[in-house]
Amino acid sequence: MKWWRRGWWVPALLAAVVLGWLYFGRADLTAASPAQREADAAALHDPALIARGEYLATAGDCAACHTARDGQRYAGGRSLGTPFGDVPAPNITPDPETGIGQWSFDDFWRALHEGKGRQGELLYPVFSYTSFTRVSRADALAIFAYLKSLPPVQRPDTALGLAFPYNVRSSLLAWRALYFKPGVFQPDPAKSDQWNRGAYLVQGLGHCNECHTTRDSFGGIAQDRHLTGGRIPQLDWYAPDLSTRPGGGLEGWSAQDIVDLLKTGQSAKGTAFGPMADVVRNSTQHLSAADLQAVAVYLQSLPPRAPAAAVPFVQAGSHEQGGKLYAQRCADCHGKDGRGVAGVYPPLDGNTSVTEPTGINAIRSVLLGGFAPATAGNPQPYSMPPFAQQLGDADVAAVVGYIRQSWSNKAAAVQPADVGKYRNTPSD
Amino acid sequence: MNRLVFLRRWLRAAVVLFAFGICGTASAAASQAGAAPVPDTMQQRVAACTSCHGAHGEGSPDSVAIPRLAGKPAGYLLQQLEYFQSGQRRHAPMEYVVRQLSPAYLREIAGYFAQQDVPYSKLPVPAVSAETLRRGEQLVMRGDSTRGVPSCVSCHGARLTGVEPMMPGLMGLSYDYLNTQLVSWRTRQRAAEGPYCMGVVANRMRESDITAVSAWLASHEPPADMHPAPASAQTEPLPGWCVMGKSGAGQ
Repeated sequence: MKWWRRGWWVPALLAAVVLGWLYFGRADLTAASPAQREADAAALHDPALIARGEYLATAGDCAACHTARDGQRYAGGRSLGTPFGDVPAPNITPDPETGIGQWSFDDFWRALHEGKGRQGELLYPVFSYTSFTRVSRADALAIFAYLKSLPPVQRPDTALGLAFPYNVRSSLLAWRALYFKPGVFQPDPAKSDQWNRGAYLVQGLGHCNECHTTRDSFGGIAQDRHLTGGRIPQLDWYAPDLSTRPGGGLEGWSAQDIVDLLKTGQSAKGTAFGPMADVVRNSTQHLSAADLQAVAVYLQSLPPRAPAAAVPFVQAGSHEQGGKLYAQRCADCHGKDGRGVAGVYPPLDGNTSVTEPTGINAIRSVLLGGFAPATAGNPQPYSMPPFAQQLGDADVAAVVGYIRQSWSNKAAAVQPADVGKYRNTPSD
Repeated sequence: MNRLVFLRRWLRAAVVLFAFGICGTASAAASQAGAAPVPDTMQQRVAACTSCHGAHGEGSPDSVAIPRLAGKPAGYLLQQLEYFQSGQRRHAPMEYVVRQLSPAYLREIAGYFAQQDVPYSKLPVPAVSAETLRRGEQLVMRGDSTRGVPSCVSCHGARLTGVEPMMPGLMGLSYDYLNTQLVSWRTRQRAAEGPYCMGVVANRMRESDITAVSAWLASHEPPADMHPAPASAQTEPLPGWCVMGKSGAGQ
């Protein structure tokens, strides 16, 4: 991250500021008419709207960021780490001083749809307005009605932890010019209602793309890389490619497999862990069967992926040692054939979290172990022992290399030094 | 009366047979997939716990920093699991393991380890001076009123094996574990809801007192009966500012 020391960012930033101004600085075309505003305000107390808003806020997993660990729901305070510094999530309960008590629906809509704060300030894109901009005005109103119905919590927002130049909000003009185009989801008339519903949820509220795509060095996402998988900055997990077609990360997953994972935390093809376990527990397990099915239909329509450039397959030197460790430590649950036990232990053969490009997921799973998420569909999950205390870096690398290169798996081996990097355990 | 007992036994047998029937079908499916049937038990489910804490939560003689869980009061164990989840008690591997669990499942896991009844194994005893051990015994049995430090026995039970449902025993724990916990209370790596009494007590102790108490407790021969005392054994009232967690104890 030394690009800014080279000095070329000054003219680049200026040019982008000008472009950004031309692009965004014009009159707000989406502002509501006074009559619309009154209608919006009147609707906010409708219990049916509030209930729908609660469902949508769950689908968007708003609480995941806007709730501190052991804090009150939606009262903010969780510090969100980015490669540019920490951004605290604000209080979105209706407290008049520290929350959104004084916000109108127009203010809320501008934040969600345009990524702008109440004073028109540009919001940091760690708030995923790049996805939320696709949310419909009707759904945004329901979410706002729900948030306004919450008990107000007084909790002032904490200070930004960003360094120069990222702490200058106008620097976001450049970022927005490159990566952000506001616009509500437009259904594709050539596709089914179910597909469109799934696309709306995945691209909009679900903001799946925010993790399941590789970000560039400016933290932006190129549109043509939609859901092709990526390393999650700061959290150090790999969010896999979501295509179920040949070459995709979920190759061979049926619609039912996708629904099962989102509903219960596990499917015949794999188990949710790391940040995805949070997503399942807090958000997707609560979605309706129809919505989960729609998400599955949409994901199944993602295109096949080009096969990775042919790299000669080199088996790890430690393959034999890895095989011994596998037989001792892993085979009892995951099976000698790496096929796991349906409904209990995930298969390792053909599992995208085993074969993903970086090896991070397999390394960290071996180190951390843990339970599948406890959900209504799987209330007493089985678990995996953490091996961090029992195996050294060389042994973890050997066994991870072995599972990445056994059965049908043909992924690159990992090095002991890689294991050392991921020994730090995340606690929040 | 006899007929009732007979009926009940018969019913139980029928239920067991029926359950075996179901398991039989499930295990047939499992062996088709090429794996041995997975026992449908808590012991199997909590492999993430037992790989460090021992198959029955008996602790690990190889790693003295990992405590025994077996036989500790269920309320205490549940409270600690909740604290690891909320971050009130800090230990990164524990925080990660409990993160995805529901309140109901945490309660089951706590109950499972509380029910385990396995013998204690001998733990290494630290080499400290006789003077240190005397100071330790004084603090454990009588406290130090000049520093406002109550005795351990006043809360943790006359035999120091804990009191149902919330008070943990202090016997059969290693020097390393006890010492680490007292330091954690001081530095708020362990905390409890409300004014936290162990934090207050640990901060009134000198560093050498922490060593002395941990050393005496670890080297004291545990009593034959290691079960926690019943709740009725708590005759002295606990200080008003003492820990009573949201797990429902003492209410």
